[in-house]
Amino acid sequence: MSLDTATVRRVASLARLRVEEADLPRLETELNGILGWIEQLQAADTQGVEPMAGGGAEKLRLREDRVTDGGIQQQVLANAPDRADVFFSVPKVVE
Amino acid sequence: MSSYTLEGSTGTWEVVIGLEVHAQVTSEAKLFSGAATTFGAEPNSQVSFIDAGFPGMLPVINGECVAQAVRTGLGLNAQVNLWSRFDRKNYFYADLPQGYQISQFAFPIIGTGQIEIQLADGSTKLIGITRLHLEQDAGKSLHDQHPTKSYIDLNRSGVALMEIVSEPDLRSPEEAGAYLTKLRQILRYLGTCDGNMEQGSLRADVNVSVRKAGEGFRTRCEVKNVNSIRFVMQSVEAEARRQIEVWEAGEEVVQETRLFDTTRGVTRSMRSKEDAHDYRYFPDPDLPPLVIEQAWVDQLKAALPELPDARRARYVGDFGLTPYDAHVLTLEKETAAFYETVARGRDPKVAANWLTGDFFAGLNRTGHSIGESPVTAAHLGELLDLIADSTLSGKLAKEVLEVMFETGKAPGILVEERGLKQVTDTGAIEAVIDQVMAANAGKVEEYRSGKDKLFGFFVGQTMKAMQGKGNPTLVNELLKTKLG
Amino acid sequence: MTAPTDYTLAGARAALARREISATELTTAHLDAVAALNPRLNAYITVTPEAALAQAAAADAALAKGEGRALTGIPLAIKDLFCTAGIRTTAASKILGDFKPPYESTVTSQLLRDGAVFLGKANLDEFAMGSSNESSAFGGVENPWKRQGDDSVLVPGGSSGGSAAAVAARLALGATATDTGGSIRQPAAFCGVVGIKPTYGRCSRFGIVAYASSLDQAGPVARTVEDCAILLGSMAGFDPKDSTSADRAVPDFAAAVARGVKGLRIGIPREYRVEGLSLEIDALWRQGMDWLKAEGATLVDISLPHTKYALPTYYIVAPAEASSNLARYDGVRFGIREEGADLKDLYERSRAAGFGPEVTRRILIGTYVLSAGYYDAYYVKAQQVRALIKRDFDQAWGQVDAILTPATPTAAFGRDETQDDPVAMYLNDVFTITANLAGIPGMSVPAGLDSKGLPLGLQILGRPFDEETVFAVGGAIERVAGFTATPSVRAAA
Repeated sequence: MSLDTATVRRVASLARLRVEEADLPRLETELNGILGWIEQLQAADTQGVEPMAGGGAEKLRLREDRVTDGGIQQQVLANAPDRADVFFSVPKVVE
Repeated sequence: MSSYTLEGSTGTWEVVIGLEVHAQVTSEAKLFSGAATTFGAEPNSQVSFIDAGFPGMLPVINGECVAQAVRTGLGLNAQVNLWSRFDRKNYFYADLPQGYQISQFAFPIIGTGQIEIQLADGSTKLIGITRLHLEQDAGKSLHDQHPTKSYIDLNRSGVALMEIVSEPDLRSPEEAGAYLTKLRQILRYLGTCDGNMEQGSLRADVNVSVRKAGEGFRTRCEVKNVNSIRFVMQSVEAEARRQIEVWEAGEEVVQETRLFDTTRGVTRSMRSKEDAHDYRYFPDPDLPPLVIEQAWVDQLKAALPELPDARRARYVGDFGLTPYDAHVLTLEKETAAFYETVARGRDPKVAANWLTGDFFAGLNRTGHSIGESPVTAAHLGELLDLIADSTLSGKLAKEVLEVMFETGKAPGILVEERGLKQVTDTGAIEAVIDQVMAANAGKVEEYRSGKDKLFGFFVGQTMKAMQGKGNPTLVNELLKTKLG
Repeated sequence: MTAPTDYTLAGARAALARREISATELTTAHLDAVAALNPRLNAYITVTPEAALAQAAAADAALAKGEGRALTGIPLAIKDLFCTAGIRTTAASKILGDFKPPYESTVTSQLLRDGAVFLGKANLDEFAMGSSNESSAFGGVENPWKRQGDDSVLVPGGSSGGSAAAVAARLALGATATDTGGSIRQPAAFCGVVGIKPTYGRCSRFGIVAYASSLDQAGPVARTVEDCAILLGSMAGFDPKDSTSADRAVPDFAAAVARGVKGLRIGIPREYRVEGLSLEIDALWRQGMDWLKAEGATLVDISLPHTKYALPTYYIVAPAEASSNLARYDGVRFGIREEGADLKDLYERSRAAGFGPEVTRRILIGTYVLSAGYYDAYYVKAQQVRALIKRDFDQAWGQVDAILTPATPTAAFGRDETQDDPVAMYLNDVFTITANLAGIPGMSVPAGLDSKGLPLGLQILGRPFDEETVFAVGGAIERVAGFTATPSVRAAA
């Protein structure tokens, strides 16, 4: 499975990463190098093996339903690059 | 069974509908954070760093939200999965701070179930439930506050939602409306969602397709975020008509997400969803699987409140109500509770008649919901007692109820204050009858010579003279005796 | 008398308790060393002298009242991946801008609880993605070690290169670090210090900027095995704010260090004798085996057959999780923003301006392997192989109590020596990555020098939640190896 330029462009768009046209060929080569190397995984026999999602605890601990957080409006907004009073602000979105 | 179809230029079309309902879970705190869920708070005041997607923040699940999902699953007669899992649904949006929504894509907590819906013609229909899963709500974008900017309020971000998906079993706007009505009713009975559609606690994505009789399914479109039962019904018809036009023009319906324009009554394509989405679901590595015990599920099941179907059956079976009255009285949990208070220790049918008749009329007239009724269930019950012990005639009681709506006072007090007490003193009634007979000696003669129809005249005159307070039975009896 | 910067952490603790030195003197000596050497080594991104001196003063007051705790007055470097309240936290990325977290990570708050002094935030590879520290947006870190007769700049390893270099050059008595594929153990080996990645779930991840959530684990870097044990004792522990945190008591790690290896069965995995393994590394490994045998352990030849798949598995799982974890850096709530024509443009410009090339590569790979049509072939396949790698270890624990391997395939290399080929860089983690995939503890201990005078490390792997045995084996190797070499760039004695 190797990537073509259009796929690199699509993946970059999905990841919301602006990639200049001039950089596409280099990225394509790098990504294909990595993917080609990853390809060796296909040789592993995984017939009937249950996928392992993560390490750690085997099940979720259930939290109590109590309000213990929030009420920190100014702290939540403090690092925002653009804000309007008590809101975060972004360029207008058309739905 | 309804047989709803739409006529197009090429023939008759059937409509196929499935609903994805997002129901906000009733809980104090959010699904994965300890921030509050109260509606209408100051923007961004009910936000934790977890809800705002800050670096290094981690989700921890609220057990009550899990319990609520299980209760709902039980209420939908559905399979409860003891092992389920949270996945990340990845997409970028202004009100999605983490860049992904934590949801249950591959392994939902609730599997298949079914509910019965009631239709206007008295028929019922079983509608399949595909699944129910828990997920986080997104924040809110405000687009009308600034000419070139959208404002983001994350108060809702991270609030627990149940997404309840139906099978494509619905075939008409009426069925879609009845389904949502029934679902809302069940949620409200269970106390797992307040069902408040104006506040967005309950929203529906409506999947609509059309087909000719006997065909398989054609391409469907999803009308997003419809926030009232009426709009759900309208959007089904609008979208079905649009699709019929597309097919009949020889074109293809494109699978897409649309919005219902409530003012124009049409659906339109959603611009923000134009990108073909590739959500890249994968198991959330911050959350081990959700594993629950059957014993806990059994415990929750044992503690479930009576659900609308059971209550309706009880009203018909035990109380002898008509199926219609039973349906009306059980639609809202509050109404049923009110009714049961009124009916306790009294004739349940009389109670039902008063509730569905004059009491509902009074609510309508004064513009109150049952929750804010000026007439309490205890007061209405007291009114029925005053009828039963002949203190009030039915007619007087209706008048008293009207005053109760205006003043909120107990009927006993009103009867005292206004001297509305029914007269049962035979001597007093006889005295009035004597006066009436004396004043209408001619008519007395006519009656006695065989003109029986005049009896009603004497009843009317007597009651009028007593300002309606004479006990009707006694007035009748005494008149019969005196007139001979 | 020992120079304050030459103390071991345990030694400094004893000296503080005996009032031979004050916390303020100890901190000042370290701050002076940082001021002198950091401009060259670049081990710290941010130095916080005022806060450090205030903490030192508080430590002196506590010590005077006899209220010293496990780390009272001990100056540490904090990897700049741990959120520290009110102190800029960068993850060595431009994208976080001047982000000052309004909260403290659980690990660092436990260190503060125990009285530690924070000197500043240590450099790392951007978002902990890298094995050389060259991907830091704040410039690479220079390894304080030099090849004999060669002044060229070597990398400290990564991603915790700043932590390891700071500890090696005596710019801190110990440091926090994190390890996703070897990011504690590889730089520890390159810098001649000790580092342990504990069992997944042992340290809370709350407040640590996430790279790959199912693999990330915090741990300490220090100059001795005992110092690591002391630090881990403070850093570890159950945290209800992390759903993957293990609800287990924290053992007395320090007590395990001197336990010895008598009677222990030590596994030697034949699959780790990889192609291209340098003769010197191979010789060191054999030396390690001989030491342990001489100390009373039994060597057992074992097989971990899926080892060869570990790297490609990691380079699917880690980028996939990273692509999702790094979606929150979007220029809306914190960090830098590049204005754009619309929201999508703003996202794309902000993220392109904020992320460096290695992070960009991994986000793209991760996005691709999760995308429709490829998920099963890549991600599910990788998760299956991950299960097999874990199973290999589970089976090995039936035969052995710990496993001995080399820590890295080579000694520290020069800047830019492998940067052009991402895959060649990834191979650095060949020995360390299996521990992350299986979730088991792993330690790197300096055991010798190569022919050019650079430190080499041995790795000890242990059963899940059996860090004590790892400390026991590490302690034995440390004692027998008698590694006393010091880097050429270090605080003046």
